[in-house]
Amino acid sequence: MTLDPGYLEYAHRAEGMDHGLYRWSNLFSRKPLVWPHGERVLTWIVIDLEWFPITPNAKPFLAPGHMQTAYPDYRHYTSRDYGNRVGIYRLLDALDGVGAKASIAMNSAIAERYAPLVRDIVAAGHEIVAHATDMNATIATGVPVAEERAMIAASLDTLETVTGTRPKGWLSIARSQSFDTPALLAEAGLAYACDWVNDDLPYRMTTAHGPLLNLPLNHELSDRQILNVQQQSMASYCEQIRDAFTWLSAEADASGGGRMLPLNLTPYITGLPYRVNEFEGLLRWLGGQPGHGFATGAQIAATADGQLD
Amino acid sequence: MREGEADPGLYDYLPYRGRPKIAWPEGKTVAVWVSPNLEYYELDPPRNPHRASWPKPHPDVVGYSHRDYANRVGHWRMAEMMEKHGFKGSVSLSVALCQHIPEVVANANALGWEFFSHGIYNTRYSYGMDEAQERHIIEDSIRTVREATGQTIKGWLAPALTHTPRTLDLIAEYGMTYTCDLYHDDQPMPVATREGQLISMPYSLEVNDHYGFFIYNMSPREYAQTLIRQYERLAEEGAASGTVMCIPLHSYLIGQPHRIGPFEEVLRHIAADGRAWITRSGDIADHYLAQAKGGAA
Repeated sequence: MTLDPGYLEYAHRAEGMDHGLYRWSNLFSRKPLVWPHGERVLTWIVIDLEWFPITPNAKPFLAPGHMQTAYPDYRHYTSRDYGNRVGIYRLLDALDGVGAKASIAMNSAIAERYAPLVRDIVAAGHEIVAHATDMNATIATGVPVAEERAMIAASLDTLETVTGTRPKGWLSIARSQSFDTPALLAEAGLAYACDWVNDDLPYRMTTAHGPLLNLPLNHELSDRQILNVQQQSMASYCEQIRDAFTWLSAEADASGGGRMLPLNLTPYITGLPYRVNEFEGLLRWLGGQPGHGFATGAQIAATADGQLD
Repeated sequence: MREGEADPGLYDYLPYRGRPKIAWPEGKTVAVWVSPNLEYYELDPPRNPHRASWPKPHPDVVGYSHRDYANRVGHWRMAEMMEKHGFKGSVSLSVALCQHIPEVVANANALGWEFFSHGIYNTRYSYGMDEAQERHIIEDSIRTVREATGQTIKGWLAPALTHTPRTLDLIAEYGMTYTCDLYHDDQPMPVATREGQLISMPYSLEVNDHYGFFIYNMSPREYAQTLIRQYERLAEEGAASGTVMCIPLHSYLIGQPHRIGPFEEVLRHIAADGRAWITRSGDIADHYLAQAKGGAA
C-alpha cells in the first residue's frame, strides 16, 4: 500500500492557524475584557426557538432534533412544538423571576407562525438572534452560495418585519457553516455570530466582507449536550453550571477581566415540568452570586467591540 | 508484528499473578503519569482513503473549533493547575503544533514536560502508508521536536491511533523505547520488534477523558471519582509489584470550566497520598529498562 505523495505535503504548516479566518490568541495573555459594570461573570442565555417541518430535509444534513420516524412523525413534530407552546413560557417566566434578559435564537418561521409568542418576547425586552429560516435550512459546504445568501437574507428580513428590529446576531443550525458563511454573515450586516466554540470570550474574525465578532456559545455547556447527548440529570447539569461559574469567577478575580458563562437552552428540553424547577433554582443561584450579571449577546458584543483590537 | 497472522505476536502471555516485583523509586507503589495531548487538527485536510478525518463536510465548525479551544484556553488552564500540584506532563504531540502555535510547545517545554510523537497532525493518518512514507513521518517527528524543544523523543502514540503493521518495528529501529498504543497490561512489558528495545507503556483508553466524557458520558465529578478509584486500586496492587497509571487528557475537554475544578481534586488526592511516583513516561521507561537489564524485574 502507498498513499498519494500529496498526503505527506503540508501546505499550511507554518506559524499561525491553517486558515485566515482569525488569529491564534491565548485567553490568559490577552488584554482583559472589562464588562460594563465591572461584573466578574456575565451569564449569556441563548434560547433556541425552532420550528421543524414534518417534511424533513436531510440536505446538507438533518438538523439535531428533527423527524426520526417514517412520515408522518407526530411524535417528534409535536414534542418539538411543545417547546414553542409551553416550554418557552416556563423559561420566559424563569428569566422574569430573576430579571434576566436573554438572546432568543429564533427561526424566522417562528416569527411568521407564532405572533403572540414573538410579541411576548419583544415586550419582555429580550434580544432576537437570527437562527436560519426553519429547521430544514441547514448550512454546510455543498449548499450553493446564492442559496445560502438568500436563506440568510430571508431569515433577517422576516425577523425584522415581524419584530421591528433587524437582528445583530446569528446562530447557525447545529453551529454548522460552509466556508462562505462568515463572509455572508458580515455581508448581511450582522455584528456577531455564535457558531465557533474555540474560546471563552468574544474575538474578532476577518472575512472578505469585513470583520465579524464570534461569541463562542459553548456547546459543551448546552442542555442538549449534557441532558440529551450525555444523558445526565438536571441536577447534574445545574451542578456543572455552578462549577463552571465558580471556576470562571475565580479566573476573573485573578485576571482582572470579565468572563462569560454561555448557557444554550432548548425549550423542549429544559422547559419540561420535571426539569424547570431546578433550572429556576440555578438562575436564582447565579443571580445571587457576587459579581454576577445576565447579559444578551448584543450587549456583550457591543462591549467587546469597543475593547478588542 | 507477524503480519497477517491471527496472533500479531507482539508480546508473550504473562499472568498478573506471581510476577517478579517491579520496584519504583523510594518505595512508591504506582507510577502516575499525566499525558496531555497537545494537538493540531487541520480545518481542511486531504482525505486518507482508509479513514475520513471529520465526520461532517469541511469545515466541521464544532469539531474543529472545539479542538482549537485547547490551544487558546484549555492548555493554559490545565498546565497551570498541573504545575500547582507538581505534575509534569508527558505530551502526546501533533508535531506540527511546533510550527503553528510554538507558544504552547514552548510553555510545556519550560514546565519540564516530556514530548513524544502523536504524528504530524491529528488529521493525517498512517493507514495506507508505505515504509518510506512512514519513515518520513517518524524522521519528521524526531527532527521537529528536537528543533523546537531540544528533546529527543523516546515514545510514540500513533496519530489518531492509526497504525501500520510495521510501525512498532520502525520506532524501535529509530531508538524509541516505548509505545503507548498497546493496552494489554497495567505494567510496562517488553514488545517483540525486529531490532531495538521497545516496551509497552500503560496508557489508557478507559480513563482517557475522551472516553470518560463521550463514550461513558460521565459528568465531570463522576470522571474525577473514576480516576480516584483507578488510582486507589493501582496504588494498592502496586505494593506487590509496581503498577502504572496514566491519565490521558485533552485540554479541550478537561480544560472546560465545568470540568477543571472537579479534576483538580484528583491531582490533589494523588499528590497528597504518598504512594505515587509522580513522573513522566520516559522516566518510567528508563527506570523499568534499567531494572530489567539489572535482572531485578
